[in-house]
Amino acid sequence: MASGTLVIDVERCKGCELCVAACPPGVLTMSVEVNAMGYPYPRLHPGCTGCTACQLVCPDYVFEVYRADRDTTRRPAGAAAPTAPAEPPGGAG
Amino acid sequence: MTTSPDLTIVPTERAPESGHRKVADFQPSLLLGEHSMCSGCGEPVVLRILLETLQELGIVERSIGVVGHGCYGGFVTIMDVDVLQCLHGRAPSCATGIKRMRPDTAVFTIQGDGDMVSEGLQEVLHTAARGENVTAILLNNGVFGDTGGQQTAATVLGQRTKTSVEGRDPRTHGYPIPIADIIARLDGVGFVARAAVGTPGGVLQAKRMIRAAFESQLAGEGFSLVEVLTMCPTGWFISAPQGPGYMTESLEQAYPLGELRPRPGAGAVAGAGGKE
Repeated sequence: MASGTLVIDVERCKGCELCVAACPPGVLTMSVEVNAMGYPYPRLHPGCTGCTACQLVCPDYVFEVYRADRDTTRRPAGAAAPTAPAEPPGGAG
Repeated sequence: MTTSPDLTIVPTERAPESGHRKVADFQPSLLLGEHSMCSGCGEPVVLRILLETLQELGIVERSIGVVGHGCYGGFVTIMDVDVLQCLHGRAPSCATGIKRMRPDTAVFTIQGDGDMVSEGLQEVLHTAARGENVTAILLNNGVFGDTGGQQTAATVLGQRTKTSVEGRDPRTHGYPIPIADIIARLDGVGFVARAAVGTPGGVLQAKRMIRAAFESQLAGEGFSLVEVLTMCPTGWFISAPQGPGYMTESLEQAYPLGELRPRPGAGAVAGAGGKE
């Protein structure tokens, strides 16, 4: 059982595939079919952690992210969040 | 990959009925419609985190956006925030006027690199040097995207554009202007930082910086600038999935990410805000 899931508004998608590259567990692939605008769209496979990485990078607001109230997968605490960016170098200016 | 991936398709047409809580919405409630940006554009991502930041800081009612000219000009019709659209490059000056007349407001500009660095270079420099208490958001993709991808003053060396088809050559086109680095050195500036929205971590970092910029403005620390590197696959003549990789290889090499001028008396903003 996944600990998160998505609602994907496929008709908004412009097929940029940024979500596929961003997904940490790698559970998004692009469809072969196209939407009304003619773009392929992402499809979800089992293993979503509800980390919101796809929603963060999506320029077309295609994703709505849900997380299970009780986690049914075993993963380390905090692993659901996308990797935090490296500490910005301070005082360069 | 130790095992072949499970390619069962999970239904995603509607929200799960129970046992789940929503952790991320499609789009901010301040966005009234759909935008018409190209596939793989980075600008709507910045629009989202900007509007979310206004909501999280509770300053929507007193926010006034000042928008320049570029693709992002299309946002003015779908943002549920008071907005003034200015002449090309003049947003910092308009923001100055608004802020001086209405010091209680939170004033921000949205400008591209063509708008801020090419057309309106003096406006932003003088506004920063005067220490005007406004926040500028620079969406830097190195091209005039709205007009088809011509070279701007911020185009990095070697970058191919409609007007530098062999790549930007310093002998012919000169060198790019690192506007955020220049502004970071000016007195009167409260906060300057640079992020890139090609990755989820980059989006979170950009959001933390935008939040810090608004907090700097609300604390009266002077001019604040957040430069966000955004993908423009159309203007870069590449496919949308190649956008973040190209941005890392080109723009991020010329424009290193991070805080260029931290808030006075404040440490690094990492962890100060961001996603809840």
